[in-house]
Amino acid sequence: MRVNYKNKDFWSGVMLLVIGGGAAYIARGYPMGTVLRMGSGYFPTILSGILALFGVALILRSMRTTESIEGGWSARGLIILPIAFALFGFLLDRAGFVPAILVLVIGAASAGPEFKVLEALGLALFMAALGVAVFIYGLGLPYQFVVWPPNFGF
Amino acid sequence: MDILNNLIMGFGVAVTLQNLLYCFIGVLVGTLIGVLPGIGPLGTIAMLLPITFNVPPVAALIMLAGIYYGAQYGGSTTAILVNLPGETSSVVTCIDGYQMARRGRAGPALAIAAIGSFIAGTFGTLMIAVAGPPLAEFALKFGAPEYFSLMLMSLVAAAVLSQGDMLKSIAMVVLGLLLGIVGTDVNTGTQRYSFDIAELSDGLGFIVLAVGIFAIGEIIANLDDKQERSVVTEQIKNLFPSWADLKISFGPIMRGTAIGSFFGVLPGTGPAVAAFAAYMLEKKIAKNPDEFGKGAIQGVAAPESANNADAQCKFIPMLTLGLPASGVMALMLGALTMQGIQPGPEVMTQRPELFWGLIASMWIGNAMLVILNLPLIGLWVKLLTVPYRLLFPAIMAFSAIGVYSVNNSAFEIYLTALFGVLGFIWSRLGFNMTPMLLGFVLGPMMEEHLRRAMLMSRADPTVFVTRPLSLVFIVATVLILLVVLLPAFRKNRSELTAG
Repeated sequence: MRVNYKNKDFWSGVMLLVIGGGAAYIARGYPMGTVLRMGSGYFPTILSGILALFGVALILRSMRTTESIEGGWSARGLIILPIAFALFGFLLDRAGFVPAILVLVIGAASAGPEFKVLEALGLALFMAALGVAVFIYGLGLPYQFVVWPPNFGF
Repeated sequence: MDILNNLIMGFGVAVTLQNLLYCFIGVLVGTLIGVLPGIGPLGTIAMLLPITFNVPPVAALIMLAGIYYGAQYGGSTTAILVNLPGETSSVVTCIDGYQMARRGRAGPALAIAAIGSFIAGTFGTLMIAVAGPPLAEFALKFGAPEYFSLMLMSLVAAAVLSQGDMLKSIAMVVLGLLLGIVGTDVNTGTQRYSFDIAELSDGLGFIVLAVGIFAIGEIIANLDDKQERSVVTEQIKNLFPSWADLKISFGPIMRGTAIGSFFGVLPGTGPAVAAFAAYMLEKKIAKNPDEFGKGAIQGVAAPESANNADAQCKFIPMLTLGLPASGVMALMLGALTMQGIQPGPEVMTQRPELFWGLIASMWIGNAMLVILNLPLIGLWVKLLTVPYRLLFPAIMAFSAIGVYSVNNSAFEIYLTALFGVLGFIWSRLGFNMTPMLLGFVLGPMMEEHLRRAMLMSRADPTVFVTRPLSLVFIVATVLILLVVLLPAFRKNRSELTAG
C-alpha cells in the first residue's frame, strides 16, 4: 500500500483531533457544574469532544480518500507576510507610525512576485503619507509619527 | 400605512448629508473591490470594521452594506470584460457576459447587468421592509429554547449549504463555537482558554479573527496561486441595450429576482448558488437554449438579478433575528455588537431609525451604483490594470492599522498574523472559513441560551422538543441533515457549490 503523505483528510483530521483534544484537556480544569446550573466547563468540554470526534471521523475517512493537499506552500508568503504584519505591532509604539508602516509595506512587498525595491519604497511612502492623513489627522488616532530615539526596551 | 410611514422616516435618516456620504463611500469602495479580483467584500469589510468605530451606528451599517452590494455590481464588470469573476457571485455571469463582450456587445451586457441588479435590489429592499417587521414581532415571542434550536438549525443549514466538504464545514462550525468561548465566562467569571494573557480575558477579538483569516490568510493564499489576467482595453461604445434586449431580459430579471430572494434567506448559500440556479432555469425555459454560452443576454440578466436579490435578502434574518446567514452578515452583526447594539428582534422596535434608515439607504445606494457603474465604466476598466503586487501590501497596511486601532494592542496584531497563517493552512486543507465565523459569532449566545433553557426547564432536555416552535426548528434541522444524506442531493450539491 502506498502511503500518501499529502492526504488532505488525514491532516485535517489530525488538526481537529489535536485542537479538540487540547481544548478538552485544558477544560478539565473548569468546573463542570450540573445540567441545571452549567459550570464554565460544560459547553467547552462538549464542543471539544465533538471536534475531536470529527477529527477521528476524518482520519478514518482518509483511509479511502486520495485527495492531496493542493496549491503552493511558498515559504516566502507563509513566513515573510506574517512577520511583516507582526513587526507593525512591534514597531508602532516603539519606533512610531511611519517606520512601522514602511517596514510593513516593504516587508510585505518583498514576499510578492516581481519585487522591485524602488516601487515598494514608493508604495510604502505613499501608504505612510495616506495613513498619517487619514488615520492620524482624519480620524485622530493617537500615534506618534516617529519615536526618536526608538525605544526597544521591553 | 405603517410601512409607508416607516419608509418615509427611513429616507429621512438616509438622506442626511452624513449618511449619504457614507453610503457613497460604501458603494464606491464596494465597486472598487468588486472589480478587483483577489479581494472580496469579506476581507474589505473586516479590514474597515475598526474604522466604523468612530462613526455612528447607522452610518457604519450603511457604509458596510454599501460595500457588500456594491461588490456585486463591480464583480459583474470584471466578469463581462475580462472573463474573470471579480467576485464569486459573478462566476456565472462570465459565461454569457464575456461572450457578449467578444461579440462587441459589452455595453448592453454591462447595462443589463446593472438594470437587472437595480430591479432586484429594489425588490429585495422592499422584501426586507415588508417581511422584516412581522418576522421581528414573531421572534419577540422566542424564549431561550427557541433561540437555541433556531441557532442550531441555521448553523447546520449554513454548514450544509456552504461550499466545500460537508463534514469539514460542520467541524468548522464547532471550532468557531469553541473559539467563541475564549475569555471570561459571563456567568461564573472563570477565565477560559485565556492562558493568563490579559488581552484574551475579554475574548478573542472578532476583528482579529476576521482580518486574520479573510484578509491576511487570503493574501498568503493569493501569493501562492499565480494567476494572470489579461485586460480588455477596447473602447466600450453603445452602452444602451436595444428595445429587443430589454424585452427579452424582462422575464429573466423577474425570475432571477424571485430565485435570488428565495436563496437569500437561506443560511449559508452564497450569491453564486442563486445565480447558478437562475441561469439553469433560464437555460431550460428559453426559446433559444443553444444561444446560452454564446452570448445570450438572458444569461447575464438572470444571474445578475439573482445574486443581487440574494445579497439584499441576506439582511432579513440578520436584522430581524440577529442571525447571520453569511460571512458578511456575521461581520455586520459584529459591527452592531461593537457599537453596543444587541442584535435581535428588539433592534427594530428600539432602534427603528437603524432598520429603516438602512433599508432606505440600500435603495439609494443601488441607484448610485447604476450611475457609478455605467458612465464611469472606463475608470473601472483602468483600475483592473493595477497589479496585485501593489495592492496586497496596501491591504495589509490598512488591515494592520485597523486591527491596532481597536485596542491599541500589539498583541492583537501578533494574534491576527497567527490567524492569517492558520486561515491559510485551513483553507489549503479544504476547510471553508465562513461556517467557522458564523459559529464564532453565535457561540456565546448559544451557550447562554442553552444555560437558560436548562435553568427554566429544570434540566429537562426535552424542553427543545416539547415547545412547539422549538420543535419545528429541531425537526427542520433533522430534515436538513436527512436530505443531505440522500444521494440525489449530494450530486446536486456538488454541482451547485462547485463554483
